[in-house]
Amino acid sequence: MSMMTEAEAKAILDKVIALSTADECTATLTGSVEGNIRFALNNVSTSGVISNTDLGVQVAFGRRVGTASINEFSDEALERVVRRAEDLARLAPENPEFMPAVERQTYRPTRTFSQATADITPQQRAEVARASIEPCKAQNLIAAGFLQDGQSFFASANSNGNFGYQTSTEADYTCTVRTEDGRGSGWVAKNVQDISNFNASEDIEIAMRKAAASADAQALEPGKYTVILEPAAAAGLISFMFNFFNARPADEGRSFMSRAGGGNKIGEQVFDPRVNVYSDPADPNVPALPWDGDGLPRDRISWVEDGKVTNLIYGRYWAQRQGKTPTAGPGNVIMTGGTKSTSDLVRETERGILVSRTWYIRMVDPQTVLLTGLTRDGTFYIENGELRYPVKNFRFNESPVIMLNNIDELGRPVRVGDGQTMMIPPMRLRDFTFTSLSDAV
Amino acid sequence: MDRRSFLAACGIGAGGVLLPGFAGRAIAASQLVETIDIAVKKRLADAGMSAATGAGASYADVRVGRYLRQFVITREANVQNVVNTESVGVGVRVIADGAWGFSATNTMTPEAVAEAARLAVAIARANAVNQTQAVQLAPTPGVGEVSYRTPIRRNAMEVPIAEKVELLLGVNAAAQAAGANFVNSQLFLVNEQKYFASTDGSYIDQDVHRIWAPFTVTAVDMSTGKFRSREGLSAPMGLGYEYLDGNAADKLNGPGGIISYGMSYDMREDAEAAARQAREKLSAKSVEPGRYDLILDPNHLGLTIHESVGHPLELDRVLGYEANYAGTSFATLDKRRDRFQYGSEIVNLFADKTQVGSLGAVGYDDEGVATKRWPLVDQGVLVDYQCTRDQAHILGKTASDGCSYADSWSTVQFQRMPNVSLEPGRTPMTAANMISNVENGIYILGRGSFSIDQQRYNAQFGGTLFYEVKNGEITQPLEDVAYQMRTPEFWAACSAICDESDYRLFGSFFDGKGQPSQVSAVSHGSSTTRFDGINVINTARSLG
Repeated sequence: MSMMTEAEAKAILDKVIALSTADECTATLTGSVEGNIRFALNNVSTSGVISNTDLGVQVAFGRRVGTASINEFSDEALERVVRRAEDLARLAPENPEFMPAVERQTYRPTRTFSQATADITPQQRAEVARASIEPCKAQNLIAAGFLQDGQSFFASANSNGNFGYQTSTEADYTCTVRTEDGRGSGWVAKNVQDISNFNASEDIEIAMRKAAASADAQALEPGKYTVILEPAAAAGLISFMFNFFNARPADEGRSFMSRAGGGNKIGEQVFDPRVNVYSDPADPNVPALPWDGDGLPRDRISWVEDGKVTNLIYGRYWAQRQGKTPTAGPGNVIMTGGTKSTSDLVRETERGILVSRTWYIRMVDPQTVLLTGLTRDGTFYIENGELRYPVKNFRFNESPVIMLNNIDELGRPVRVGDGQTMMIPPMRLRDFTFTSLSDAV
Repeated sequence: MDRRSFLAACGIGAGGVLLPGFAGRAIAASQLVETIDIAVKKRLADAGMSAATGAGASYADVRVGRYLRQFVITREANVQNVVNTESVGVGVRVIADGAWGFSATNTMTPEAVAEAARLAVAIARANAVNQTQAVQLAPTPGVGEVSYRTPIRRNAMEVPIAEKVELLLGVNAAAQAAGANFVNSQLFLVNEQKYFASTDGSYIDQDVHRIWAPFTVTAVDMSTGKFRSREGLSAPMGLGYEYLDGNAADKLNGPGGIISYGMSYDMREDAEAAARQAREKLSAKSVEPGRYDLILDPNHLGLTIHESVGHPLELDRVLGYEANYAGTSFATLDKRRDRFQYGSEIVNLFADKTQVGSLGAVGYDDEGVATKRWPLVDQGVLVDYQCTRDQAHILGKTASDGCSYADSWSTVQFQRMPNVSLEPGRTPMTAANMISNVENGIYILGRGSFSIDQQRYNAQFGGTLFYEVKNGEITQPLEDVAYQMRTPEFWAACSAICDESDYRLFGSFFDGKGQPSQVSAVSHGSSTTRFDGINVINTARSLG
């Protein structure tokens, strides 16, 4: 029951809308089946399946809003949840920033569902663990990893006649491989919508190679270096920055997107002219639901074009207040690049440092989006186009804004699922700031 | 997980108010004070255990959980959201063929729980195929039917929403009147009604309460585009609503006119101070990088203890079970054998699941082990770790330390950090006494950015308030301060600890660990502490 067809979901939502006596009503029905397997020290540690379905009802009397939810769907239960939301709304304080439910929208379906992912069995998950562990055992390496997969549906309707329904799937795999003596560590991550595009036996090789090659790391002096960030390493910093592509804090003067003297940086050259970033729910590599949390339809929207900021997110309240068109919250982030792989970039690098993964990234100063964090699981010195030797991990203090002004070259974007689903290229950057060494492996 | 990602996961602050899935279903406030009949819980637990053993399990535990949360979210004069959530269900964990299996259901019938138990056994058997070592459980005596309740004086769930809204909007108005441009304030309230039963013969009913009242005050200079924020100096606590009474007796008037709070918090007073200090930060001197003696307030040092002591001594990390996510640890088992010098001789760090007011205090952990206090670092020497029942044998112990926790009925319990605290100094000393002996130092209060490597060696910490100390005096506020450290050298540089009268708790409300990630809440107590010759960097940058 945790997955419902469009007809089943619509039947429930229609009943809810009809039951409400409030000025307006929005009902959202979601369900998911998620499976996972976790392994460490070359053994499976936990494995499970979690199913969930939930109906949320939001009603408003004037500017007073109430929400309630329930996970039973009998007629009595539906009546109960609507009355509960209405009772809460009557007691709620008026919300001065209240925005009415969206009008009827037209959503263009996107391809977010893959049957193969939905059909994953416990045996397949166990096989992923086996395919990760066995080759490691054979080479005296130690694997610790995690596979999480899931299918879900999202359906929403409101009293203005709006309705949407779509199903999605996703699978995310990560594995850390360490040498027995703990002196080498490698990592691989793969995020897919269609599990057919994932082969643990191939991916594990990457982590194994990095683990073996990263033992005997040498210490380099901290300082400014040319770096090649693999897409997963770059994504950690870039996704952090995109949390602040929001017009309201920018207009309020408390964001790196604020302009001195007032206003925001839309139209300003903030990045290197080679930086182009957009969102598109229909992108075949990173498809996203065709609406945001407010029910606004998502379209392709550019955030940065030739290094200039083209848009910031205007929520519906802030858009109305500022006389702007509201922006749907994005479902993905797509950064364009070139055609070269990480290996190609390494081959063309005279001297630099390859960073496989970035870790424990935290904001140091929101004024400049200065972030600190560390390299991890495969950091190598590059000389004359070759990985010469592994180097000890570094702590960095760097702003993605500064980093994206110091671009040497961008490679071919790949899908990264680091919280936010993104397409991010590998990138060679000048003057990346490492401030100390870490003994951690 | 930090607060921002937690809020994002909850859908709070994103405009949408509906909360399907993650935190449980939204409910009416009146339901927050209800409980489930204990006889019903026992019946469900017995159904699960009997189905599990019937299917061949050698051990089973059943957790019947009702997890309540209330969030009140405001900014300036607006209530952005009031959310009540409830998550109810049953998790069954078993050992079959020497392997763990787990399954959970939100259908509250004996049949559904029995079905979940059988599924858990099937999963255990599937896991056993590739298992090389059978699970070894340290013995834990059955305790029969017992109960525990956080010793609260006022159940926050019973306080009317209107009173909470009035408090927060009053705080916001006070901060704005004192010069803040923006104020975000929140209340996070948690009540875990947890029933644990195991085939060892325990039926443990617990009612656990936690409260957090954070705020952020922001001052903006529109002409220069500069902005600075100051977070509240409260701590999340294992207390009821009485924490917000603002008792004068629980206040500490510290150096530099800074007011700190112990077991009671005056949120409005702190917000007014925050507004003044946020504005002061706009023109404060940017720190000169270099080596300084640091005087760290408990509301700051707690996070440093959390990251550099609490996490590295989690036994699952030490052994490699967290290698793929949180990481491993520099504090390997051989270091305990070799009496590794973790810090200077005055450093005594202890683990504890009993301290009143702390976030980690419970009667029993989530596998039925009675809680206790035990030393981790004794006179600077590493002496112990934190373990659960299936880990105790690795340390040569005959009993678990009681460190098992799951953040929901639907998640599997595993080793989580207990409260880890620094013992106060034994000779009388206040923070003012301490500062009077420092020639060239920085006094740091409050939490800031924090980052540490996956083995817990290299860390960098910011803070909320920074004051320059010259020749025993606080001279002026500073900005752009962060210190970098390597764990053993940092604790070796610990040269003085204030006495018990300065001892306060810091807390982490949403500490993340595991895959799928689970949150837990944990406190860290300390007195103001001095660390000599620590490397301070300047974090100011220009975007051109």
